[in-house]
Amino acid sequence: MQYMLMLYLDETRFQTSDKASLERIHGAYNAYTEALKTSGVLVGGDRLKPSATASTVRVKDGKSSVLDGPYAETKEQFGGFYIIDVADLDAALGWAARCPTTEHGTVEVRPIWAM
Amino acid sequence: MQDRTGQSIEAAAHRAAETAARQSYGKLVALLAARTGDIARAEDALSVAFAAALADWPKSGVPVTPDAWLLAVARRKLIDEGRGRQVRSLASDHLRLLAEEMEETPDVGIPDRRLLLMFACAHPAIEGGIRAPLILQTILGFDAAAIASAFLVSPTTMGQRLVRAKAKIAQAKIPFRLPDTSELAARLEAVLEAIYSTFALGWADPSGGDARLGNMAGEGIWLGELVAALMPDEPEALGLLALMLHSQARRPARRSEAGDYIPLATQDTALWDATMIEHAEALLYRAGAMGRPGRYQLEAAVQSVHAVRRISGETDWQAIEHLYNALWTMTASPVVALNRAVAVAQTRGPAQALAILDELEQDPRMAAYQPYWAARADLCAKSGDIAAADIAYQRAIGLEADASVRRFLQAQQARLLRN
Repeated sequence: MQYMLMLYLDETRFQTSDKASLERIHGAYNAYTEALKTSGVLVGGDRLKPSATASTVRVKDGKSSVLDGPYAETKEQFGGFYIIDVADLDAALGWAARCPTTEHGTVEVRPIWAM
Repeated sequence: MQDRTGQSIEAAAHRAAETAARQSYGKLVALLAARTGDIARAEDALSVAFAAALADWPKSGVPVTPDAWLLAVARRKLIDEGRGRQVRSLASDHLRLLAEEMEETPDVGIPDRRLLLMFACAHPAIEGGIRAPLILQTILGFDAAAIASAFLVSPTTMGQRLVRAKAKIAQAKIPFRLPDTSELAARLEAVLEAIYSTFALGWADPSGGDARLGNMAGEGIWLGELVAALMPDEPEALGLLALMLHSQARRPARRSEAGDYIPLATQDTALWDATMIEHAEALLYRAGAMGRPGRYQLEAAVQSVHAVRRISGETDWQAIEHLYNALWTMTASPVVALNRAVAVAQTRGPAQALAILDELEQDPRMAAYQPYWAARADLCAKSGDIAAADIAYQRAIGLEADASVRRFLQAQQARLLRN
């Protein structure tokens, strides 16, 4: 069963963090990604650029509009994701708990509806 | 109830109901379920009784024996339900309950059947992973969401598993009785294991960042004390309690004020809780005198050896290795093998210890077992194999869920690569 781990975090934290702690958190993400790989559960994943780079498109009554910024303005922004293939939800929750995002943000776990 | 008096009566009634709930929830569930075997119905009846108490006590005052009051209302509810049913077994339950109510006089006190309830919850027919959650719910009254969060399972899943387990107890007629002498040891082991896993959840979160997990260690000790009090002649029950108290005694020393992880070897022993250690030592002594060693007594003995450091300033690793050898013979558990290797590193050097780890790596469970990689990293570093240590640190960091341990391992890895 595939699950998406959606990583939500406060982007401003990274803008105010010093170089050493940024390096440490990057190291933690690298180690986590490698652990997912060596355990054979990683399907894919990526980090997203800051939410300020987002554009949002809506079409209403045949008329499209484009807005600057993310879908929703929230304190924590969607900043990246992992897709993992594991036996069940418990296993997915176990991996989510190990994700370094939990140090400063939130990880949402959702089963993927295969297309 | 707008006036001040009314409010304070209401608050007092609320507090009395809450106190009764905490102190006697398990006792009342155990008593109500012991006869019928139906835990879910007992819990429902009890929640009706608690609701009635909150409605009634503010008006008529808190009864002298809140337990007996709650029990009477809950029983009445079960009897009323029984009247409405035609099923033969339920009808006989109903008669039993009526008889029970007539027999009991209010001042006799409520018999404690929690131990029987725990044995039912940890019955071999109940899936291993749900035993501890079931005990937390039935004895302590935790809701499914809180338990799910502690066990890192989704609340819906946990709710369903608890319902299924209770249905199984009722339908398969899992008995509420103490196991026969012949099977007592094995069955008690399952009860103790459920309690220990509750404790271990809380202990894994020493920073206390998650209040609920911090509580789990306390709840585990509470359950351990209950079993030790109800089965004072079972050395393993005493051993488990000693083990939990020894571990809990070090809680204040396991994190710095800044929240950094401090490994056992560098903990300030002055921060260890002396009273708790003495209590643990007394329990272990009592258990040892019974002449029936077991897993928990041995594990507690290991902690007892560590505790000596607060007096002698040293750790007798030879003694720890012997204890882990005995545990290994008894359990053949990979976790024990790992701890044995850590002791061997102290007595015979890192190379010998790494040989044990190499053997252990055949076990597929080690691939995602963080303590294995953390131990391997440390041993490789000590034996001067920087490249292997780096790989193992990387693995341990990626598998760690606790932020402060992650930071600690990252600092160790960085130091290794700098030198």
